[in-house]
Amino acid sequence: MPEDEEYSVDRLKMQFMLLFSRQGKLRLQKWYVPLSDKEKKKITRELVQTVLARKPKMCSFLEWRDLKIVYKRYASLYFCCAIEDQDNELITLEIIHRYVELLDKYFGSVCELDIIFNFEKAYFILDEFLLGGEAQETSKKNVLKAIEQADLLQEPRHEYFNVPVY
Amino acid sequence: MPAPIRLRELIRTIRTARTQAEEREMIQKECAAIRSSFREEDNTYRCRNVAKLLYMHMLGYPAHFGQLECLKLIASQKFTDKRIGYLGAMLLLDERQDVHLLMTNCIKNDLNHSTQYVQGLALCTLGCMGSSEMCRDLAGEVEKLLKTSNSYLRKKAALCAVHVIRKVPELMEMFLPATKNLLSEKNHGVLHTSVVLLTEMCERSPDMLAHFRKLVPQLVRILKNLIMSGYSPEHDVSGISDPFLQVRILRLLRILGKNDDDSSEAMNDILAQVATNTETSKNVGNAILYETVLTIMDIKSESGLRVLAINILGRFLLNNDKNIRYVALTSLLKTVQTDHNAVQRHRSTIVDCLKDLDVSIKRRAMELSFALVNGNNIRGMMKELLYFLDSCDPEFKADCASGVFLAAEKYAPSKRWHIDTIMRVLTTAGSYVRDDSVPNLIQLITNSVEMHAYTVQRLYKALLDDISQQPLVQVASWCIGEYGDLLVSGQCEEEEPIQVTEDEVLDVLEGLLVSNLSTPVTRGYSLTAIMKLSTRFSSVNRIKKVVSIYGSSIDVELQQRAVEYNALFKKYDHMRPALLERMPIMEKTATNGPTEIVQTNGETESSVVEPKHPPPVTQPPSQANDLLDLLGGNDVPVIQTTMPTKPASAGGELLDLLGDLSLSGGPAPAPAPSVPTSQPTFLLDGLSSQPLFNDIAAAGIPPMTAYNKNGLKIDFTFERANPNPNVAVITIHASNSTDSDMTDFVFQAAVPKTFQLQLLSPSSNIVSALNQGTVTQVIRVLNPQKQQLRMRIKLTYTHKGSAVQDLSEVNNFPPQSWQ
Repeated sequence: MPEDEEYSVDRLKMQFMLLFSRQGKLRLQKWYVPLSDKEKKKITRELVQTVLARKPKMCSFLEWRDLKIVYKRYASLYFCCAIEDQDNELITLEIIHRYVELLDKYFGSVCELDIIFNFEKAYFILDEFLLGGEAQETSKKNVLKAIEQADLLQEPRHEYFNVPVY
Repeated sequence: MPAPIRLRELIRTIRTARTQAEEREMIQKECAAIRSSFREEDNTYRCRNVAKLLYMHMLGYPAHFGQLECLKLIASQKFTDKRIGYLGAMLLLDERQDVHLLMTNCIKNDLNHSTQYVQGLALCTLGCMGSSEMCRDLAGEVEKLLKTSNSYLRKKAALCAVHVIRKVPELMEMFLPATKNLLSEKNHGVLHTSVVLLTEMCERSPDMLAHFRKLVPQLVRILKNLIMSGYSPEHDVSGISDPFLQVRILRLLRILGKNDDDSSEAMNDILAQVATNTETSKNVGNAILYETVLTIMDIKSESGLRVLAINILGRFLLNNDKNIRYVALTSLLKTVQTDHNAVQRHRSTIVDCLKDLDVSIKRRAMELSFALVNGNNIRGMMKELLYFLDSCDPEFKADCASGVFLAAEKYAPSKRWHIDTIMRVLTTAGSYVRDDSVPNLIQLITNSVEMHAYTVQRLYKALLDDISQQPLVQVASWCIGEYGDLLVSGQCEEEEPIQVTEDEVLDVLEGLLVSNLSTPVTRGYSLTAIMKLSTRFSSVNRIKKVVSIYGSSIDVELQQRAVEYNALFKKYDHMRPALLERMPIMEKTATNGPTEIVQTNGETESSVVEPKHPPPVTQPPSQANDLLDLLGGNDVPVIQTTMPTKPASAGGELLDLLGDLSLSGGPAPAPAPSVPTSQPTFLLDGLSSQPLFNDIAAAGIPPMTAYNKNGLKIDFTFERANPNPNVAVITIHASNSTDSDMTDFVFQAAVPKTFQLQLLSPSSNIVSALNQGTVTQVIRVLNPQKQQLRMRIKLTYTHKGSAVQDLSEVNNFPPQSWQ
């Protein structure tokens, strides 16, 4: 590594995470960098196209613009993270996997439909796991506990918790 | 007013739409309903409406009219409202919207809320999308929360602080006190986020870095506990305890250990331990190993540790998991410069990765392979890389071809191997090579003097097969133009010489001119090549015809060339041999190519950089070297006149010079005591590399006939040698219209004493009959007093068996030649 490397900033950062179906429909978008709606749409469109064009035998990483894209398909959903070039791709795969596990535990054998109909919950769970693109909690149990507690705080419109609130 | 449709209901409805248009209609209808609901300031259903809006936003529809509503939700007392409100803010509002600043106060209040989950929402929102202004306003609150004992809040505050520092780096200092006991925490969430915070601070400030180096022992201890501790269900991932925390600690250690011997030493053992003990069967273990390798390579580790790291990467290369192979190649690429020998050991595995199916892996393997090529492995490596070039995707071919050329240039074991390699690239990936390869290759070929015959033969054969790849065609055309004589003479030593006639060669070159596959640049190359062959082949008439045809080509570039070449045949035929002679060895410029070729558009122009010695028409291949010698040496026989020792008679420029001339006619220079020895060099200086064409163009002195008797005609043409305007350069052109040759032809000249004259060697001693060829000779006349030029000439030759001698005066010099 060059000795005179500048003290780099923002090199170890997740810039965004996208979830999309095999037909290219967006199911979740979490942006950790400020971009206009137009830019976000453009990036999403291009990236979705690129990832969907990948063949199954290819590895989970690709270079795209000046970012590294880490993606993995779980059933019918693609989980796609954009990280900056110094980041560890393999641990990002673990981050993605942890998120899927959390969703799975919360929804009970999660499938794409769960995420479609409860997208706001998918966001809530993500926001208890990651903050600013970094993991805030490494214990599965603690993340799920926090979500549970927060859910209880929601003002119920009906007696039973699991009836939709809105 | 009925209650607005529920969120899930809406989602279900929208999903029943069968067309895009149908969906759009539903969305528009719902948006209208939501808008009117917003207008009515309906508190009860605001949350539901915003949630629906967020869903529609995800489908790609505009939702900006919901921005203010999100703010209202955030300000609400209900947790449900806040939850959706903050989510909406993160999705619809960002720092580009002016509205976002209105959030600041709400966030501030919520940071101090009694319920930690509300505080959590505020911290999360601020940490994800807080603008610089918001961060400035709220940094104090974050700092407070960083010191709380509530680990749920502390961990979020740490990451929020990271965001604040990224947005407003000057605020970093204020978080320093709060970092004091961060690593003493037992809670993994706090530990993890604290390490992230410390990493951020160390990366941004050398002072912070120095300050936090003292944490190395503590970090090492934490890491050790993670590895040594037993099974911890809460943090376990496939038998590894909290891999996320391990990776972050390793990364922080990397930053702290870099350029610091003590820190590096303190972490040496734990790194070795992690490297050897981590389970490698799953991705998670490899993720930790990967981070460990990155750390080992970056700090001042002992060589044993470095070798351990490279070997881990070597094992990665053999892993079934392509992701692992990918990161291995990436890391090896980073370390190949510093740990070259260690990486070399894994060369064969790396080369195998060239055959991988994944594009990213192939690319990395290619880059790494080129980095590993050296003098010892060049042959083997090149075989693999050329095979790769054959079969790889087009996106790789240009880079691969360039890489092959570079490697071949650096490490070629022999010239023949080098030429063969170039040929292989040109024939297999000829359309993908970069534009600058053509001049580079031409220079290389020119300088491989002993391979000229072999090269031109191979290129010719390649052209017979395929004329579609332009760089190949251009290089081949150029070579045939230069070395066509070697081609037809069958002189090849390296392999079986082929039998080819001049006509066949010209057929091929003319074929390039007319082919649709040839680009304009290629056509230019082939036309020039054909022209050059006019001094190497005997079928001059055919060449003249071709050249004259293209004088009316639509392509302006081609037309210009053809017109100029036509002129060469007509008015400047005496110069043609000089202009079209073999190229000398070119100096390599800093930009890796002869600039002459790049700047001038035609190869012939650059050849006039050489001294203006008209050589005999047929040249041996070693001529190139000889020409270079001429610049310094004095091998050229020079016939000089002496300075007349007789004082000038009263009449001034009396031309009774013949008595003073020593008409030896032979190669030995006439001895004359009064000839100052410095003079010849002075004249020779004037011989410096002046482009002939420039002089012709600039001077514009009309030619003249100096002598015309008995079938022998002698014309004079003029140029000025630019550095010295007192020197007139005259070229004589002797032609013979009789029906038999004039042999043993010698031309001599004398000038008045105020002048000095230098005669260079003639092109030949035979003036061919029936104007078949001219003999040319260059005279340089120094005329410092700018007197009117007069000359007496003496001609001797043998014609039809008898010796002929004649004297004549030349008085009709055009004024420009001496003024």
